[in-house]
Parts: sequence; C-alpha cells; structure tokens
Amino acid sequence: MRLEPKPAPSLGVTLLFPVMAIAATLVVAALLVLAAGASPFSVFPLIVKGAAGSQFAILETLTRATPLIFTGLAVAVAFRARLWNIGAEAQLYIGGVVTVVLGTGALPLPAIVLIPLIMFASMAAGALLLAGPAVLKTRFGVDEVVTTLLLNFIVILFVSMLLEGVLKDPMGLGWPQSQRVVADAQLPRIIQGKRLHLGFAIAVVAALVTWVVMKKTVLGYEMRAVGHNIGAARFAGIPVNRVLMKTALLSGGLAALAGFSEVAGLKGNLTLDLSPGYGYTGIVVAMLAMLNPLGVIAAAIFVAAIFVGSDAMSRSAGVPSYIAQVMVATALLTMVTALLLTRYRIRWK
Amino acid sequence: MTNALPEPDAGPQADAGATPVLRLGSITKRFGPLVANDAISFELRKGEVIALLGENGAGKTTLMNILFGHYVADEGSVEVMGKPLAAGDPRAALDAGIGMVHQHFTLAESMTVLENIALGTQSAWKPRFDRSAARQRIARLSADFGLALDPDAPITSLSVGERQRVEILKALYRDARILILDEPTAVLTPSETDALFGTLKLLVGQGLSIIFISHKLHEVMAVSDRVLVLRAGRLVAERKTAGSSRSELAALMVGQEVASPTVAEPKPGPVVFELKGVSTQGQGNAARLDGVSLALRAGEITGLAGVSGNGQATLAALMAGTLSPASGEMAIRAQAISDWSPRAALVHGIGRIPEDRHAFGTIGDMSVTENVISERYRTPRFSRYGFLDWKAARAFAEAIVRDYDVKCPSPEARIRLLSGGNMQKLILGRALDPDPAIILANQPTRGLDVGAVSFVHRRLLEARDRGAAILLISEDLEEILALSDQIIVMSKGRLSTPSKRGQRSIRELGELMAGQGDSADAA
Repeated sequence: MRLEPKPAPSLGVTLLFPVMAIAATLVVAALLVLAAGASPFSVFPLIVKGAAGSQFAILETLTRATPLIFTGLAVAVAFRARLWNIGAEAQLYIGGVVTVVLGTGALPLPAIVLIPLIMFASMAAGALLLAGPAVLKTRFGVDEVVTTLLLNFIVILFVSMLLEGVLKDPMGLGWPQSQRVVADAQLPRIIQGKRLHLGFAIAVVAALVTWVVMKKTVLGYEMRAVGHNIGAARFAGIPVNRVLMKTALLSGGLAALAGFSEVAGLKGNLTLDLSPGYGYTGIVVAMLAMLNPLGVIAAAIFVAAIFVGSDAMSRSAGVPSYIAQVMVATALLTMVTALLLTRYRIRWK
Repeated sequence: MTNALPEPDAGPQADAGATPVLRLGSITKRFGPLVANDAISFELRKGEVIALLGENGAGKTTLMNILFGHYVADEGSVEVMGKPLAAGDPRAALDAGIGMVHQHFTLAESMTVLENIALGTQSAWKPRFDRSAARQRIARLSADFGLALDPDAPITSLSVGERQRVEILKALYRDARILILDEPTAVLTPSETDALFGTLKLLVGQGLSIIFISHKLHEVMAVSDRVLVLRAGRLVAERKTAGSSRSELAALMVGQEVASPTVAEPKPGPVVFELKGVSTQGQGNAARLDGVSLALRAGEITGLAGVSGNGQATLAALMAGTLSPASGEMAIRAQAISDWSPRAALVHGIGRIPEDRHAFGTIGDMSVTENVISERYRTPRFSRYGFLDWKAARAFAEAIVRDYDVKCPSPEARIRLLSGGNMQKLILGRALDPDPAIILANQPTRGLDVGAVSFVHRRLLEARDRGAAILLISEDLEEILALSDQIIVMSKGRLSTPSKRGQRSIRELGELMAGQGDSADAA
C-alpha cells in the first residue's frame, strides 16, 4: 500500500470528503450507542436537543465553546508555523493564576481598567511560559513537543502547590481553591441571569484578529512561510527564529486567555478542575478547523455541542457521556483521513 | 523513428540469444497532467549495452524506476527472459536478475564494504552469517571485473568512485544479468570514468546486458552498442551507435538546434565581490572551503566548474548568506563584511538563484504571489505598518509572470503546480528584477528543457551586459564554457587560478576537476 499525490482536487471532492467524515463519525457513534443498549435514532436527536434544543442549551454550548476557541486559536497559530505547542493546558492555568493573583482585591481599580489589565497580564504570562520552550528550540534545537507537554504537568503541580499554599482561600473550608475574584474583576454576563459571559465575545474578536494577522500582516506571512518550508524561508532572509519567538508569544497569550475567561467569566475562582483538558481539546479544534482562525469558532462550537449534548442525552437515555469523547476523537480521525484523501490516492500493492 | 524490432547485427553478442533478456512493452506513466513516459517499447539483448539518452526531465529515470519496481506503470508490461515481471516490486526485479546503480548511492555509511554487499541477501531467520563465503565471492567478482576494493573498509573511508564500485558489486553479488546505471559518471572524475568503462566492457564480455542512462554524448558514443533517445517522455529514435554521430544524437535529443548564445565582448568593471583566503565549515555533503580567494568583476560572468561535492555548494551557501566564513575576509565593493546572513546578502544587492528550487527556492504550498515577494516583502513597496499590500504584491507577480514568460494558471495558484522550468523562471525573475549588482546562479538550468535553458542564459547575459558580476556554478561544462568570461575550477574545497575564455582546453579543465594541476591561492 502506498500513497500517491493527486492533482489539485475539484471543489466537489473537497466538500464531499468532510461530509463523508461526519457520516463515518455518526456510524461509529451509532454502533457504540447500540452496544450500550440504546437506539441511535433516539439518542442522536437527544444530543442535538441537548446542545441546541433550547435557549438554555444554546447558551450552554457557547459557554463551553469559549475556552475551546482560545485554546484552538493558540494551537492553530502555533501549528501554522510548525511550532508544536502541546502546552495550551499549562498556559491556560497560568492565565487563571494571574487572574486570581490580580483579581482578588490586590488592585483597587474600576472594572473598566482592571479587567483589561488582568487580561493583558494573563496573556503576558502565557506568552512567557511558551517563550521558554521556544528559546530552547531555536537556540539548542530542543524538541518543543516534549518541553511543552511536560510543562503541562509541571504547571499543574505548581498550581496545586499554590492552591495548597499562598493562594489558598482561608474561608474555603480546607478545599484547594483560591479566593473569589472581586466584582470589578468579573466579566459581565452577555444576557442577564445566564451563564454566557463576555469571554465568548472576546473569543470571537480574538479569532477575527488572529485571522487578520494570519492573512493580512507581515507576521502572518512570515509564520506561514516558516511553517510551509523553513529552509526556503531562511534562504529568503525571513528571520526564522524571531518569527518562531513571536509565534510562541502569540500562541501562549491566546491560550492564557482561556484561563482568564474561565476564571473571570464563569468560575470566579481558581481550582484544579478549571480545565477538563481544554488545552488538549484545543488541538482537536484546531485540526478540525484546518488551522483557520475563523474555522476555529465553528469547530469549537461543534465540539462543545457534542459535549453538552451528550451530557444531556446521558442524563435521559442512560448512555454514558463518554460517547462524546469517542465522537470527537472519531471526528478528528475521519477528518484527518478525509484531508489526506483529498490530496493523495491510495494504491493497494 | 521508433524501431523496436531486433536487428540481427545490433550488438557484438546480439545473436547469442533469440529471446531478448528484457522487453518493455508500451510503458506509459503519468504524474497528474504530466506524461513522464509515453508508450515506450524496447528490447535489450544479451551482452549488449544500450544507452538511454535524453535531457534532464526526458523520462529516463522514471522509466528505470518502473523497470526496477519503484513505480507502477499506468500501462504497459515488462518481460525479463520472456517472463512477465511483477509490477511495483523491487524484490521481483532483483530476483529476476535486474540490478540498479542509482545516481545517489544507497549505501549504509557506517558499515563495511562486505556488509553492504551482503546486506539483504541473507534470510533474517538464519542464525549466522557466513562471512568467509561472502568474502570469497566478493574477491572473485572483484578480480573478474576489475573492481578492486578492500572488503573490510568502512564506506565512509571510500572515494565516490569506490562507492560506485560497491554498488556495482552489490548488483553482481545478487547475480544481476541486467545492470542499470543511472547517470553513473555524474560524480566521477575523467580517470574514474575510464575505469568504469573498462569494467562495463568486462561485464558485457561475461554476457551481462547493460542499460546506461546519460545525457553526455561522448560517453554514450564511447560505451554503447545502441542508443535510445528519449524526449519529453517519448522514445523518439533508436540508433546503432556505430552508425551515428554526436551531432545527430544531439539534434535528436533536444529536438531542435541548440542555439548557442551570442556573447558580446565583456566590459569588465571593478571587483564588486571578493573572498580572500576564506575557509568555512562544510555544508551538507559538500566539502568545506579551504583558503578560497575569488574576485568577481562587474560585467563579467565567472564560471565555477567542478565535480559535484567538492565545495561548490559551500561556496554558494557562503555567497547566498546562509553560511558565514570561519576565517578569511569577504568584501563587497571593497567594504569588508562582518555581519552576514541571507538578508544581509540581499541588502548588499546579491541576486540569488539557489541550486534546489524545491527545498530553498520556493515554498511549494504558497501561491506564486506569496513566493515572488519572499525576499522583499518588508520593503515599503509591499508592506506598510506591518500590513502587506497584496494588491502591489499581485501586480508584481503579474509583472514577473509576464516579463519572464512564466506559464501559470493564476498568481494565486500554489507554486507547487508549476513545472520545473516555470518555477525556475519565476525564481530568476525574483532574483533579477531588482537589477542586482552581484548574481549567484547555482545550477540555474538544471532539469530545464532547451527553450527554458536558452531563456535563462539570455537573461543572465543581459544582466552581465548591464554590469552585473555573476558567479555561475554548474555541473554542465558546456554551459560553463558557453557563458563564462573567466573559468575557475573547484576541487576538494580549493579553487584553481582563473582562466580567460578559451584559455584552457576541456582536457586541462578536466585535469583540474580531478584535483591534478595547479591549485593556486591557498591564502
């Protein structure tokens, strides 16, 4: 078996394969639902209803999509320049740490000043966190996959240490959690009384800005050139190492915004379960979006909808909500396969 | 025209066997829109050397890769000794007695000659490898065919010519009856080439059949019984070598008269680029530079000849800015250079045509527009306040496409979709458009068809006449001789003294390429 490159695919083929990918995902999910003893024909509508069947469901899906947009963007910009940032999870937590450090009353400022200040401070912290692996990569050739992945564990243990120590809420009944952020540091709700907060709007704006950066600016051009052919980029005089550094700062900053928005917009304080793996799911989101910043919004909402919908379905149909993880993973695998098949044909033998 | 029928007197031992040892029937291979091989048929007889002659890109290597099982033909069949050969299976080709010596050697560098030759011939389940039997067999083959080698020498200690002998022995060790040699002389010095030809005569005497792939006419004339000429994927002619001539074959190969560029008298100006006793680290497989001095004058083309791998790539990297001197001095317009990088090279007005257009010249998945601005996107013409001016970039791309006769579907097309010649024209346009005072042209016509070659030559000569100082690095000696106002030969990281046009004969240049004769200016 071998792969042979195909000439430029027609538009029909380009659209057909993703549709087939989604169909394949549904088939696999249907088999698992059957194995769990339920009917796919009752379960799938329940998932759709749980994710989009009511105003509450839609807002919940968008709320869940918010951190995924940030981490998806972080991964998309990094991967576009072939900087393999697997550490969005760590950058997210650092953003959360900065948010509670500055937001729990240390700075007596009005919201209009305090919120942007915390936001940019979080971004700076996330950017610096990824700058370390980027320096190691450009100076010494250390593989950033390893360093960023391992930093996740280091940072989460560091956060755990903070939550058992200096950041521990004295009124928290001994739980490892921080104090709550003050009212002036909280992101306002988009609709009064609902959970959807301003973080979602910030995420959409971030996606738009990232799209403009990638398409229209010198930096975006340099990042794409470095990602597509680092040898040719270097030959053309593009300062490859500087571009990789800037990419790292942008990516780390975007991932940290996920932590900022979760703490300041939704949770109110920092705990060790701030993120159920949003940093890693961001990789899935970015890949589903084919690294397109605007596609990240759609991919994040899609993934969030499957999670939210499956939660609701599992409550009423008794099928384990793990089905959501399987569906997201299957969607990723079939999408990647579909992308491969639009560019290569398989020759058996 | 094509004549695939066997002629009774085609080769010295041609009448030895009635069935041809190899028969290709109407082989067709397409890569997307490109037809690399178009219904090619021919036969190879016992004890015969046929030459497969054609320019780069004519489809010779594709055809041999199909024969050897690396590619699967879209149509057509291969028969060895009258039996069909399974397609797409190198193992089957080896078992059928086909041996191939690739242009780029496939040796395990850290292992010895003996280990490389025996590699893959032993079953992995066999507990012990019988070294002494292998050693005896190799010694016998070496003696029979004039392939002297120390079986225990590691590959790293061998010269290029010796490595090639290992490759030939590898094939013979596997009882090859048909030997395919893909551009075997590209990396050899003239004396090594002679030794190779001696070996080929001995092999043929033992009844082997040989397919010799080349685009060098004199070698084809010297070594083959029959010549098959490929052009643009088609077998356009078949000739008995004895009844043909170099000029006939040249005409068949290129399909049209080779237009020798008309070269005006050079008007050399001041030295604009100078190296004084520069030494460097090596670059890839290429040798390091060892005390190299070089002066390029405005309005003059300096041709750098040499067997590949002797330091040309290193010198090119130095001039392109990707490598800095370890010692010695580099000066541009009499100004010593200290800070050196690709961008510094561009700022100092060096137009660069890289050797490998895929790895360094272009970014395949980016558009034509994005590729033409890659060296100048930071200038005010193409960007302001960190934002690119895509309208200006696109207009520039359209201008290059028009002025340099690039055939492409649109400036937004991915450059990967362009043919090699069009890609090269685009690179040429990008390098020459700012009217650089210094030009590095590294293998500027490699793999191009005749039309594109003469286009590139004309543009380089025009740049020279406008007063540019040009360094032309080429493995094609005829190109060097045609274009250069002065010629320098590189050997083992050192440069010969320059000679003016016509001052040294081809034979003298060949001796310099082999590392004999003067190696002047060791700082």
